[in-house]
Amino acid sequence: MSSVKDWAAPNPITENRSGLIGKSVDRYEGRLKVTGTAPYAYEVEPPAPPAYGQMVTATIARGRITHIETQAAEQSPGVLAVWTHLNVPPQARRGERLNPRSQRPANPALASDRVEFYGQTVAFILADTLENARAAAEKVEITYAAETAVVDFLASLDQGELPPGEEDVHIGDFPKAFAASQVTVDETYFSPIQNHVQMEPCATTAWWDGDKVTVHTSIQMVKGGQHALAETLAIPSDRVHLITRYIGGGFGGKGQAYDDLTLAALAARAVGRPVKVAYTRQQMFHGTIHRPAVQMRVRLGANADGRLNAFALEAITHCARHATFTEHAANFSRNLYAAPNRLTGHRLVRMDIPHAGAMRAPGEAPGMLSLECAMDELAEKLGLDPIELRLRNEPDVDPETGKPFSVRQLEQCLHEGSQRFGWSRRNPKPGQVRDGRWLVGMGMAAAIRGNFLLPAKAGLRITADGVLTLTQGMTDIGTGTYTILAQITAETLGVPLEQVRVELGDSDMPPAPGSGGQFGAATAGSAAYETGMVMRRTLADLATGDPRSPLYGADPTLVSFANGNIALDNQTETLAALVARSQPEGVYVEGSISPAADARDYSQHTYGAHFAEVGVDVVTGEVRMRKMFGVFAAGRILNGKTARSQVTGGMIWGVGTALTEANTIDPRFGSFANQDLGTYLVPVHADIVDLDAIFLDEADDKANPMGIKGVGELGICGAGAAVANAIYNACGVRLRDYPMTPDKVLEGLMAKGL
Amino acid sequence: MKTTMTVNGQVRSLDLDTRTTLLDALREHLDLKGSKKGCDQGQCGACTVLVNGTRINACLSLAVMHDGDEILTIEGLADGENLHPLQQAFLTEDAFQCGYCTPGQICSAVGMLQEVAAGLPSQETESLTGPISLTDAEIRERLSGNICRCSAYPQILAAVRRVAGATQ
Amino acid sequence: MKPFTYERASDVASAIQAVSQTPGARYLAGGTNLLDLMKLEIETPTHLVDVSRLPLATIEASAEGGVRLGAMTRNSQVAAHPDIRARYPALVQAIVSGGSGQLRNKATTAGNLMQRTRCSFFYDTAKPCNKRQPGSGCSALGSLSRANAIFGASEACVATHPSDMAVALVALDAQIETLRPDGTSRSLAVADLHRLPGTSPETESELAADELITSVNLPPPAPGGQLYRKVRARASYVGGLASVAVAGGRLVLGAVALKPWRAETAEAALASGASRTEAAMAELAQAQDPDQNAGKIALVRRLLGAVLDETNTGRGA
Repeated sequence: MSSVKDWAAPNPITENRSGLIGKSVDRYEGRLKVTGTAPYAYEVEPPAPPAYGQMVTATIARGRITHIETQAAEQSPGVLAVWTHLNVPPQARRGERLNPRSQRPANPALASDRVEFYGQTVAFILADTLENARAAAEKVEITYAAETAVVDFLASLDQGELPPGEEDVHIGDFPKAFAASQVTVDETYFSPIQNHVQMEPCATTAWWDGDKVTVHTSIQMVKGGQHALAETLAIPSDRVHLITRYIGGGFGGKGQAYDDLTLAALAARAVGRPVKVAYTRQQMFHGTIHRPAVQMRVRLGANADGRLNAFALEAITHCARHATFTEHAANFSRNLYAAPNRLTGHRLVRMDIPHAGAMRAPGEAPGMLSLECAMDELAEKLGLDPIELRLRNEPDVDPETGKPFSVRQLEQCLHEGSQRFGWSRRNPKPGQVRDGRWLVGMGMAAAIRGNFLLPAKAGLRITADGVLTLTQGMTDIGTGTYTILAQITAETLGVPLEQVRVELGDSDMPPAPGSGGQFGAATAGSAAYETGMVMRRTLADLATGDPRSPLYGADPTLVSFANGNIALDNQTETLAALVARSQPEGVYVEGSISPAADARDYSQHTYGAHFAEVGVDVVTGEVRMRKMFGVFAAGRILNGKTARSQVTGGMIWGVGTALTEANTIDPRFGSFANQDLGTYLVPVHADIVDLDAIFLDEADDKANPMGIKGVGELGICGAGAAVANAIYNACGVRLRDYPMTPDKVLEGLMAKGL
Repeated sequence: MKTTMTVNGQVRSLDLDTRTTLLDALREHLDLKGSKKGCDQGQCGACTVLVNGTRINACLSLAVMHDGDEILTIEGLADGENLHPLQQAFLTEDAFQCGYCTPGQICSAVGMLQEVAAGLPSQETESLTGPISLTDAEIRERLSGNICRCSAYPQILAAVRRVAGATQ
Repeated sequence: MKPFTYERASDVASAIQAVSQTPGARYLAGGTNLLDLMKLEIETPTHLVDVSRLPLATIEASAEGGVRLGAMTRNSQVAAHPDIRARYPALVQAIVSGGSGQLRNKATTAGNLMQRTRCSFFYDTAKPCNKRQPGSGCSALGSLSRANAIFGASEACVATHPSDMAVALVALDAQIETLRPDGTSRSLAVADLHRLPGTSPETESELAADELITSVNLPPPAPGGQLYRKVRARASYVGGLASVAVAGGRLVLGAVALKPWRAETAEAALASGASRTEAAMAELAQAQDPDQNAGKIALVRRLLGAVLDETNTGRGA
């Protein structure tokens, strides 16, 4: 196994001779996207005219289907099949694994008469046209025997249990230290259910060729999807060819396969023609995962000088009864601020509602909404600037494990952000700045998000024309993966960017874990880098071993790669010439990356600081953004443009978190109150005013050979808290119940006599 | 039902189910899949196309309502290999991530700039009787019918600004 | 959608005859609301008569010195018209605060008035709703109260009317003109167009199913300030939590009832010398379910007071 020490040596990426690393090049697939010619899963041209699937979903939270009347649907024009649990083709049982190495077990659709959550798929229509499929779906009549369902989280908080295999983390003696603290905060914060609402609803196009199925589907994890479908169909995974080239947003919500994939594959086999299945926008809310609600109690105990003596974050969250998932809202705090006496932990309530799951920065995103407001509250009690409070609690080593930080620039982020944002303009006393009918205020918050490296592979081919093609079972969900892999490959091989092709999202390609947990760039990118290094060695051997090469006989370890050439001293030839002559059929190599054995000896994270300015309408309680600025430190940045887009996007998610985004379960039905984009409110363009972000110079040589880290989730971490703190500074209303909609702000204003 | 439309300059005749929306006609019958289905109910803007020069949501219109109309979609914006200035600006400013809302954003921006030129006010228009100044607030408001969940709004503003020029 | 036939009307008279004589027929204008509801099979017409291209899309001066808006004028067309901008700013503000640019390009003046509530239970066909299915019950009762009516609601329905434009039209004392199958026309105040739910919330307007709106007539604006202000959770592209239109001393509230709600109590209070604050309080004193609706009532009271201040309508506090 490798060691982080192996990564410290200079390499083509850290040397960056052609300057491609960090360069703000345009997106690799950008032209396809701006011309509308990038085919997403539902848009792939199948080999024959497709049939159209439509799902029918349950309207109870828990119980049993006692009868399904399908005759009217079956007789509806154009209908090819109507499936229910009674006649769906055989599938493996849920959780089964034919192949023990499968990353995901079987997940059958329409598996039984049991209804486990509102919106579960209970019938499926296949028809010749989309219109006929949808019309027939309306004709399915279902009778249920409903059972008592647990759907009310707030009424079930005392039902929380420790998540499987977890214990609370106690360090020192928190209760004693908290009781002895001179200044304390003890507050409870609530982060509601949130939905991903990717712009592209989940969709699949499937067709069979003999006993092999090809599925184009919108999924973040290639192997996970391939294995899930293979297990569900009870066939070897090499008979599932899964392709996911363009994905209309994921954010964690497409980390797993849903019923569109299973039903499209089953239906295509049943009718012997391609099938397309998509969720409707309304079906996405219940039919796919959501971020669960979290109630968080934060207790901070400080000395009068602002140093934390006692710290506790206890989170209660929920998941579906039969699909365990824990929103680890307290985990981030274990690495953030120094305090000798600490308590963190989670409780999980199991309910009969749709599946909870990962959504952009699971854990941090809701978790930081609590602590970063509590720090603001503590700063006010201490009479300290909130930045200063954070600086006074900067740990020298990881506050929980005592491990050294690989690199930690939180202080620098705070200082730089304060300067650039103009934090000195802030009046620390709330409610003092008025602009017409608006009360204006500023708030800030810190950001932290872990960094990960997972095992991954990649393939690289060079053809006789000198073109390098990187292939990887990786995905680009809009994060910029295509682009940064092209940059890494070009820089590693010393060729112009135009000489590199990148092909992703295919289960036939060397596997990578996919997009998630902000590990994508570091993981897939490091594999691409290692593969590029294998190619360098291969080409060096080829040239120095070929009597017709000007480099013949040279030491292959001394050759260099630049400007499309392989060279030693003044002996040089182009890569194209070398390959065309020495191996005209092309050269293909594979490479891989694995975590270093000693990587976890370091506390490794990305950091940032958010600054927000808001206006609060003193009459109505409406909150409008005026300015937002973020400073981030996340290792070496591969592409300044796409990285900035990632963090500004995350910050805007923070704005949505703070101001509008929430779903609630209607306890009468067990269904979400908001089931469309007119009621589940994400930020629109007009909500975002003067928002920007920068990165600090950094390289983390403990992270991976390139010293890069992830940026996809860092931007949302803490962002909502900065907005909440700005609201408080604007009008003196301290809300702890997200989102801070006009009704809540108005209630607060009125309570203050405003 | 027989319907003839001019789509991106080409006359296209179709025999359609009356229920087929303009969006589904483009995507499922004319192989023009650039216009996206994000919500199918007028709440996201991903399906925005230009009908007789005006931007609308293609999901909330029946194809048969457009017999005789001129439709311009994202596929018809570029001049051969030369991108439309807004397409190029979106590329340059990184005004998209996943790309799914992008065709709608670009078509919407094309229609929006024409609306400003024609004097159509928005809720950000300072004076209802004077000329319209294309401030950043105007651009943001006028493009608010196009949701971008990746949240490329600052970059979209920059892209439109690149084409529309500095604030007048 | 359930299957239907479609025809594009060639003239007004034949459009009316077509709807009148075909069972299950409906007028189709912009379609931005009707088609949405048809996809969910909340609306299930068997025949659509497309009136969007009838020659009803002009904006012209009326004999009384006002402006006549053809029923098929597009929302954006109305907002852009120089006369409307100059003389009816509240109408422009109301129009441009609704929907999106794309929707306003398609939606028509008449269609905007005839749009149906956005109550989420009306839209969710899995839930009881007296509007969709008379007698099934009102799921909105006892739900999140922010979207519900505080005036003119009944046990059968607590939905609100979603139009911004209609609120301004009532404040501007606009009249609609309709044409019926027998060839007669009638004039009706926009204020009298929509019905409160009562015991039959499925019936939403005073118009017969085959009665076609041909125009909306704006009288000359009354003297006095005009303003439309909408309160909402995000800055754009969302329904209002509440809105107020003020024009020539007429006060109308939006998103508080199943029709634009003329604040007559407040108007009367102002006329009798009450202060703006007192007038707003008097109006909201009549709001329904003051406990459950406390937040919304407070919002509307404050909003009304602020808009009166801003337009300098009535006497200051």
